[in-house]
Amino acid sequence: MKLNVNGEDRDFDGDPNMPLLWVLRDHLSLSGTKFGCGIAQCGACTVHLNGKAARSCSVLAAEAQGMKITTIEGVSAGHRLLVAWVKHDVPQCGYCQSGQIMQAAALLAEKPKPTDADIDAAMSGNICRCGTYRRIKAAIKDAAGVA
Amino acid sequence: MSERKFGEGAQPSPVLTRRRLVLGGSLLGGALVVGYAATNFGAVAAGALSVGAVDVNPGVFGPFIKIDEAGWVTVVNRYQEMGQGTHAGLAAIVAEELDADWEMVRFESAPANAAVYRDVTMGIQGTGASHAIAGSWNQLRQAGAAARAMFVQAAARKWGLPVDSIGVRNGVVYHLASQRSATFVDLLADAAKIAPPEHPKLKDPKDYKLIGTEIVRRKDSQSKSNGTELYTQDVRLPDMLVAMVAHPSHFGGKLGSLDMGAARKVPGVVDVFEIARGVAVVAKDTWSARLGRDALKINWDDAKAETRSSDELRALYREIAKGKTDVTGAAFQTKGKVDDAFDGELFEASFDFPYLANAPMEPMNCVASVDGRRVKLTFAAQIQTVDQINCALAAITLPGMVEIETLPAGGSFGRRGTLTSDYIVECVNIARHVGGGRPVKLVWTREDDMSSGYYRPMAHHKVSIKCDEGGLPIAWRHNIVSQAIVPFGANELPTHGVKNSPYLSVASVVDARIFTPKLAVPPGLWRSVGNSQSAMVMEHTVDLLARRAQRDPAEYRRAIFTKVGNVRKLAVLDLVCKKAGWGGPLDAGWARGLAIHECFGTVVAQVAEVSVLGGNLRVRRVVCAVDCGMAIAPNQIAAQIEGGVCFGLGAALYGRITLDHGIPQETNFDAYRVLRMDEAPAVETHIVPSKKTPTGIGEPGVPPIAPAVANALLSLTGRPTSSLPFVI
Ligand code: FES
Ligand code: FES
Repeated sequence: MKLNVNGEDRDFDGDPNMPLLWVLRDHLSLSGTKFGCGIAQCGACTVHLNGKAARSCSVLAAEAQGMKITTIEGVSAGHRLLVAWVKHDVPQCGYCQSGQIMQAAALLAEKPKPTDADIDAAMSGNICRCGTYRRIKAAIKDAAGVA
Repeated sequence: MSERKFGEGAQPSPVLTRRRLVLGGSLLGGALVVGYAATNFGAVAAGALSVGAVDVNPGVFGPFIKIDEAGWVTVVNRYQEMGQGTHAGLAAIVAEELDADWEMVRFESAPANAAVYRDVTMGIQGTGASHAIAGSWNQLRQAGAAARAMFVQAAARKWGLPVDSIGVRNGVVYHLASQRSATFVDLLADAAKIAPPEHPKLKDPKDYKLIGTEIVRRKDSQSKSNGTELYTQDVRLPDMLVAMVAHPSHFGGKLGSLDMGAARKVPGVVDVFEIARGVAVVAKDTWSARLGRDALKINWDDAKAETRSSDELRALYREIAKGKTDVTGAAFQTKGKVDDAFDGELFEASFDFPYLANAPMEPMNCVASVDGRRVKLTFAAQIQTVDQINCALAAITLPGMVEIETLPAGGSFGRRGTLTSDYIVECVNIARHVGGGRPVKLVWTREDDMSSGYYRPMAHHKVSIKCDEGGLPIAWRHNIVSQAIVPFGANELPTHGVKNSPYLSVASVVDARIFTPKLAVPPGLWRSVGNSQSAMVMEHTVDLLARRAQRDPAEYRRAIFTKVGNVRKLAVLDLVCKKAGWGGPLDAGWARGLAIHECFGTVVAQVAEVSVLGGNLRVRRVVCAVDCGMAIAPNQIAAQIEGGVCFGLGAALYGRITLDHGIPQETNFDAYRVLRMDEAPAVETHIVPSKKTPTGIGEPGVPPIAPAVANALLSLTGRPTSSLPFVI
């Protein structure tokens, strides 16, 4: 099958029931998308499907077919969220952060000027065991230009 | 694209190799290391462990500093970078003494070699007890200063000027009067010819330009934000297989019968075989390994397994603490004559703590290859020397033949530092079975990770205290029940935070004992170890004592700290009270709770603002004061305190691994609830100015939060807390 990832059509000939997460990581060499829980509980595997945040551990390859898949590798280097993340020294272990960024990017696409409550609502499915939540929030607001 | 040639960065440049022959590693054997050996189990043992090890090229500037032709100053980090930001602090220490340009400083992980990279206190290579900065302070300052002196000397020779007329700033060596200057790169070849001074002059802290400033930031924020950081989970090597393992459902269980027929037929599965701790499925990719494992038909033999439930164990622990079982207590602190010291009216309290999983974001994993007697590991090693020994035993080779490339960890919180190297040995066993040097990546699912044990052990504390008329403790009896976290020596770790506490110091009679039951559930090192339990016991007890004496909790503590002369705790307490507005007004329905605890040499006080409006426990703000000696990287200190508060708060609110007939019930984040963004309080960190040797920061932020919240609840509801997690 063909999967459209970061604007490119990629071939995948494996099990159509394989979760998209493992297709990306093991077959398309896109390891920025992380495995954390496998059951849509942590958000480490967040990607965009047609611009909306989705947990790639819980989407099958077959289901992702025909959709525009965006991973952290598809986020441009100068993206305001990446800039803000570095400015606030958000990451600790860093393992959750690509998922956080993908979730935050989907939020800003929908709500360019999110409130604290919007951020909490959008981001509370993404676990950070290192507890960087407040820096994430500050970085999102910074990137969005809200105080 | 995520493939990477390992060891590339470790290749010494030809210049450095030649130089090493000349120097014979004089920095290595010289002032920088000698002098610590006596306090270690020593150079001899470390040397023996390193027989056959990858040659560590100490280079011109010693084993911790590399400077290349492009001007990069690379600081070699012998510790695990698991998020705690150690690399930034270590790099800052070197850069400060070297007067390097911070923008040109980077870091890399040291190879495993205890002879060169052991921690000066532990005597082995490993990361723990928040010790990286403290353990490197002298060594790295000297290494930086020695390298600086070599550049200065080189310039002095070249320019024919006296050494003390030459300065260094931002990687540029200069002579002001003659307006001459040269970069490190310009002087590299000349500096390499200078013998490193044995006793380089260290800076006076008042001249620091980097240490203690906001300039010191993480060096890995970029790669950890854009998805390019390489974790164990991301390693891809040519021909690599992926392994999953079916483990016994009970601790202490073993394989009964096995039918691997269906598993072998799963497309992509390469092999299925029995290993010491279960059944391994190796496959071409992660998903096939997973499907293969799901297809196994296994009956486990639970004859010798732990089959009790948490409730039974809790009841048993309480009996043990009362001295009613055959588990006898060992004294860990005694003082004065017990005689009639505990007669009369006593304050009594007891506390139950559940098992807790570390649950780092990256489940345990490891990459190994075994080729005859050579073992190669690529993973987020935390205690390299121990892992080398355990893997050598598994592969029947020498510890030094176990090469480790240490990658950053997607969190650990202690889970990657087990003394059995459990998952690492598992990976080596599989790679050995596969053989031929073929790399195998062992992948644990979240469920594997969370049900694997190495939990913060279940514990019970029981205190009986007699007070004087002012309400201060005069006799303190304390019984702790906890499995031993390390299998040798006294059961010391669970006593941390109780032993030598000021609250025991103020009493004239102390009778403190630890009871050590044996269970098949493996206990482990959970961020801050015994402190996360003892802080809850001590700080909540002290609030209860203050309440009993009708004294303000801060004033009550101040009286004790004054009496025992604990000036550090007094200063931290005063700072936190001032910043938190202790005693000042607060919105209706909200209360403040205070706790202060010393953990691995660092004192942290926290004041939490808590409410239980609408039946929901909410913590909105936590004000923290910290004395961690000299602050090297204030931004990272704040980050670690913020993270520590979230980690400790999540555990206090929800954390529990429940055993049902021996089987862990919480095996993923649906049942094992952790703190999420909407629950994360605003954390403010205030640092007590200090000129003392820096102490750790990765763990000390965790212990005070649970008692701070418990104390706020006490003030809101009047009800004491006697177990965690909180029940509202
Ligand atoms: S791995 Fe997909 S949500 Fe956790
Ligand atoms: S930075 Fe470690 S889990 Fe988020």
